[in-house]
Amino acid sequence: MEKSLEPILKNLQDKFGATLEEFRGEAQCIVKAEQIVGALKTLRDAHHFELLSAQTAVDYFPQTAPRFHVIYQLTSISKNLSVQLRVPVSAGNPKVPTAANVYKTAVWRERELIDMFGIEFEGHPDPRRILMPEGTEGHPLRKDFPLGYEEPQFTFNFEEIDLRKPYAKE
Amino acid sequence: MAQLEEVTVDLYKHLVSERALTGETMLLNMGPQHPSTHGVLRLLLELDGEVVVNCIPDVGFLHTGIEKNMEAKTYQKAEVMTDRLDYMNTMGNNLAYVMAVEKLVDLDVPPRAQALRVILVELQRIASHLVWLGTSGLDLAAMSMFLYCFREREQILDIFELVSGQRMMTTYIRPGGVWRDVPVEFEKAVRDFIKIFPKRIDEYERLLTKNPLFIDRMVDIGYLSKETALSYGVTGPTLRASGVDWDLRKTRPYMGYEQYDFDVPVLTEGDTYARYLVRIEELRQTLRIVEQALNKLPMGPVRSDNRKYVPPPRSEIGLSMEALIHHFKLWTEGFLAPNASVYSAVESPRGELGVLLEGDGGPKPRRVHMRTPSFDNLAVLPELVKGHLVADLVAILASIDIVLGDIDR
Amino acid sequence: MGVEQKLGNMGVVTTTLENVINWSRTNAMWPMLFGLACCAIEMMSAQAAHYDMSRFGMELMRASPRQSDLMIVAGRVSKKMGPVLRRLYDQMPEPKWVIAMGDCASCGGVFNNYAIYQGVDEVVPVDVYVAGCPPRPEALIHGVLTLYEKVKGIKLAEKTVEEK
Repeated sequence: MEKSLEPILKNLQDKFGATLEEFRGEAQCIVKAEQIVGALKTLRDAHHFELLSAQTAVDYFPQTAPRFHVIYQLTSISKNLSVQLRVPVSAGNPKVPTAANVYKTAVWRERELIDMFGIEFEGHPDPRRILMPEGTEGHPLRKDFPLGYEEPQFTFNFEEIDLRKPYAKE
Repeated sequence: MAQLEEVTVDLYKHLVSERALTGETMLLNMGPQHPSTHGVLRLLLELDGEVVVNCIPDVGFLHTGIEKNMEAKTYQKAEVMTDRLDYMNTMGNNLAYVMAVEKLVDLDVPPRAQALRVILVELQRIASHLVWLGTSGLDLAAMSMFLYCFREREQILDIFELVSGQRMMTTYIRPGGVWRDVPVEFEKAVRDFIKIFPKRIDEYERLLTKNPLFIDRMVDIGYLSKETALSYGVTGPTLRASGVDWDLRKTRPYMGYEQYDFDVPVLTEGDTYARYLVRIEELRQTLRIVEQALNKLPMGPVRSDNRKYVPPPRSEIGLSMEALIHHFKLWTEGFLAPNASVYSAVESPRGELGVLLEGDGGPKPRRVHMRTPSFDNLAVLPELVKGHLVADLVAILASIDIVLGDIDR
Repeated sequence: MGVEQKLGNMGVVTTTLENVINWSRTNAMWPMLFGLACCAIEMMSAQAAHYDMSRFGMELMRASPRQSDLMIVAGRVSKKMGPVLRRLYDQMPEPKWVIAMGDCASCGGVFNNYAIYQGVDEVVPVDVYVAGCPPRPEALIHGVLTLYEKVKGIKLAEKTVEEK
């Protein structure tokens, strides 16, 4: 891990009670959902993390508390540093305050999480689905959502599948 | 099959101005089938005459479920999915994913493989910029650009076919190295390309850079300020045209980019023309990297010797029982990766292409997230087009160089 | 058609109406400019100077479905795109043909999942499937020529019955 990252992480630990993990030189801080907006603001304003590189989530199904981690990958362009914040979210109440007021890119990134994971972002300006069509049921990237495998057609089962395949009409 | 729903203003009430609700301005649907949206992008435009008041992009028409599908495959097999993400930058996608895998399992890459990766990824960058130049020229009615650019692109695709057997979906870069060593004709093919290409760039520039029609369409159109760009997470040439010197190849060198001498073009104008100039200069700089990498190309193995993660060469399988076991294990079960998460990013032709890879201790990833640059670059579009004409929208959209496969995944 | 053999010294040709119509259809087939994914880039390559599809009377890509009679579905069709694709197909005037270009459009390809139609034939009727991921431009041109063979064999009477 970079030496210059240490005071920043120390600040996060003191101010927001973040717990720090390190893997292959990458710093990952676990922050509580209530404090994420404050932590992001501090990082952006006091420590020059101008870029929210990625915002995504991971599903730890069947574990329920926490079931998801919302991940914020931040990059500082002026100091050339990276830090990752993780917010644990429980299965029963998947709510996180929105980061859209801190980084504009979070508007679309959070719409993607709303669509794909069904995590609610409180105060989000435009909480529509982004990738799936309106009216889709379920959230595809959750682990309990089926992949939707269809049996491929080979020579031996061609006829059988051909009969039930919904071919389009003119 | 689901029926196509009628679009009503109700759904977009919070996004359009009040004048749209009273019918004073017009809502116009552009796409998803439109020649200048560069794919299946739908833009809902609020127009006051010819002037764009609001622009609401609607994406997802190419949503492929790549991330979900990768979770269902082993680490090696998931790689074929990455090719089809950003289909202009297949080698770069391979590299981004493979680097994340290598970081997760701590795998070394031999120097020759690193140099080969650099050459091919940089050639891919040229190919991608050529498609951008050709199609954006086409959008601005410079038809011949399209024909010229695709001519040079064919030459690059021939090189890819030479090394991998495929023109586009190469999957040539593998965890621990590359698929196999390049054939002997490779060097000559690349040298031929290096020899002719600088003249071709001059030719493009002669056609476009000083062309008054082109300048009229590009200069002072779609201004993007540094602060807006950073807040929207814009990266790549679009960010560099707004005055931010940020290129991952320079700032966080990977695959030995620190050995190569190249400049990162940065302009401060932030308009469509600046984005054009940055990309044209990148073509030249990229060619410099290719040439240096080819001159320095070391001899040696192209795959790591770590048999736990990298399959043994074919020649060994007939002789060694151990090699056979490794081969069998790797292609049936796959290798196991630790229960941890890594993030690694490369500079794709469009910006920061990051991969967040989380293993669960088994042979399949728990989560693969591709942080694709076009997604954020498109999100900034509404800011750029406000107050411009519809015809300028086409130029702006072309200048941010989006790929819909990259956005929708 | 072998016009030279049939052309006598009187400047008169005898042939069937069917032959003339099918010949004219094949030599001025206007494909719709409709790219979805990776295959669209190869379709563009096929249009560009190196492969030059205009040799087959196809240089004119129409952006509007109302002016085209061939739809080349180049790429994967997602669940969100399917209804749009169908509407575009419905807007094309008769007679119309569809080429499913690439594995994804033909059978779902590597994407056997929730988001992608396992073959565009679930959305629109397909005349020619072109295999490959993505198919080379030559493969696409071969697909187009195969379609020409099909078009040349169309019996006018049959086509009218089909339409009803």
